[in-house]
Amino acid sequence: MPQQQITTDVLVLGGGPAGAWAAWNAASQGAEVILADKGYLGTSGATAPGGTTLLVIPPVAELRDAAVRSRLQAGGYLSENSWIHRVLDQVEQNLEQIEEWGYPFPKDEDGNPLRTHLHGPEYMKIMRRVVRKAGVKIWDQSPALELLYDEHGAGGARGINRLTGEAWEVRANAVVIATGGCAFLSKGLGCNVLTGEGLLMSAEIGADLSGMEFTRQYAPSFADGTVTRGRMLAWATLYDQAGNPLHRGDRTFGSIPELMLKGPVYASLDLADTEAKQQFLRSAHPIFFMPLERAGINPFKDKFPLTLRYEGTMRGTGGLRLTGADCSTTVPGLYAAGDAASREKVTGAISGGGAYNASWAICSGSWAGLGAARHALSQRCLAGSRQLRAAGRMGLAGGAPASRTLDPKPLIAAVQQEILPLRINYFRSEPVVAAALQRLDSLMPYITGRPPATVQGIVQSREAAAMLQAGRWIYTAALARKESRGLQRLAEYPALDPRQTHRLILSGIDRISISTESVPHASELPVPREGRAI
Amino acid sequence: MIELVSTDRCIGCRLCVKVCPVNVFDMQGKLAVIARQEDCQTCFMCEAYCPVDALYVAPQADESVHVEEQELIASGLLGSWRAEIGWNPGAEDTMAERDTTPFFEEFTETFRSK
Repeated sequence: MPQQQITTDVLVLGGGPAGAWAAWNAASQGAEVILADKGYLGTSGATAPGGTTLLVIPPVAELRDAAVRSRLQAGGYLSENSWIHRVLDQVEQNLEQIEEWGYPFPKDEDGNPLRTHLHGPEYMKIMRRVVRKAGVKIWDQSPALELLYDEHGAGGARGINRLTGEAWEVRANAVVIATGGCAFLSKGLGCNVLTGEGLLMSAEIGADLSGMEFTRQYAPSFADGTVTRGRMLAWATLYDQAGNPLHRGDRTFGSIPELMLKGPVYASLDLADTEAKQQFLRSAHPIFFMPLERAGINPFKDKFPLTLRYEGTMRGTGGLRLTGADCSTTVPGLYAAGDAASREKVTGAISGGGAYNASWAICSGSWAGLGAARHALSQRCLAGSRQLRAAGRMGLAGGAPASRTLDPKPLIAAVQQEILPLRINYFRSEPVVAAALQRLDSLMPYITGRPPATVQGIVQSREAAAMLQAGRWIYTAALARKESRGLQRLAEYPALDPRQTHRLILSGIDRISISTESVPHASELPVPREGRAI
Repeated sequence: MIELVSTDRCIGCRLCVKVCPVNVFDMQGKLAVIARQEDCQTCFMCEAYCPVDALYVAPQADESVHVEEQELIASGLLGSWRAEIGWNPGAEDTMAERDTTPFFEEFTETFRSK
């Protein structure tokens, strides 16, 4: 029996931007809200340590139509124009709100604010302040471990307080999953909290996943460090070990995986060749420069080694399948926002990158918060009086026979071995991915052991289970989409196949079933003759 | 990774324990200690929040490096990230205020080859 038990209207899991916006919006509807985060609302997640560029396009019909059309094409016709327009409308309102709350956006010559970029520490500090002021109870260091459910759908969660070791249970008629993507502990800046438990616990009560094949995204970073800011490399020349230039300027970073097959790759931001340009870059993204400077490197002059850090579903696109405009899922009372949700509706088959994902987090968080509040406040049965069951199994003590013990760290390493390597996950081919999936499947028995009885052991065991499952979903989807589209590529099918202009929906844990979902703009994709004949 | 909690500077406020997203610190008596260095994700957030600049995160994420507190103080590195964010007392402005960047891609487009 959990030491702490409480009933509320809305439970938000995750304290990055999407969770913060969800909690604030739910509270604004008069709902009682608890936000539980694995870490700390203010430091947790991919946004807080650095910052983020936003997708904002002035409300001029031509500009927006053009942006939406180019996204539709680039995303392989899997996005939905109406959703992109919604995001563009909604994000303007939220950014105005952030400015009212005190964020100092720069202004242009005419005094109009340029709301195109947010520095993470300041942004998330403001979000913490306003969420708290709205009456939300913030539970830091309180990872959720499993969801509660009954025949009416989601009903709350159970978790643990990492500092006290106390188990907690929150009963709530609506739950928002804003736990971020799954980045497999690859040490991209701020991403090691993103281990996929939100996806696992949602699937355990019947939620679907979508777009898990669009997960071939790696980000360049200083080899010793963590900071992943690919856009900075637009100012770089890439060099080989002997100092010969390989590539220069725009999109250089897209070529890095191929270049790295041949040997180590170095970068120097030598295209910023004046003091003014250097100063501009330095103040736009201080987090990119600080670690390099600490390591004694002048990135404008020196050549520094690069590595690629896997970004999983975080800067990939897949996640929980959304079924309603309010970011509802197939499970009543369960909502998803930010990187925990599939972003296909706005990005299609390609990466949301920083900008799309940042605006998406703000908007989907807001919609999910409002939707969850509306749902919770309209229920006649209080969550406290429902006959709720805890749904978690994989990597939890409740689902384990007492005889075996689970050692999470080697299991995590074994999952990483299959998921992180470029040769498996970036250069995808059917036999290699199938073999990796088989090895992941063979790890399943190891997750049924009993987790160590320490707080870290309990949390890491569940993280190991979530990463193992996310890996199995990713490779299952990658093998099912027999074509190359956006972030998905299979060596055997190098071209886009117009007949596969649909989404791939996954459900289930042990046995993963696959179905397809049609998309509204599929018929707009120009189809070659032979494709039409079938 | 986190490499230093200065015992001279630490006031035992527990803030690093509370804000670390990956639960690296514990309290040992009245001082914060690095309890799980291998879990550090090198995000520098603890440094940003430490009110007395007692923490140092080295940029190396995958291996621990040796640091000397006196050298970090002499070179101005201890507390430098908090100062750059502008959260130190008496800061003239914040990182966010100093950034007068127009849209990054536009700037790149316009100025890179000039």
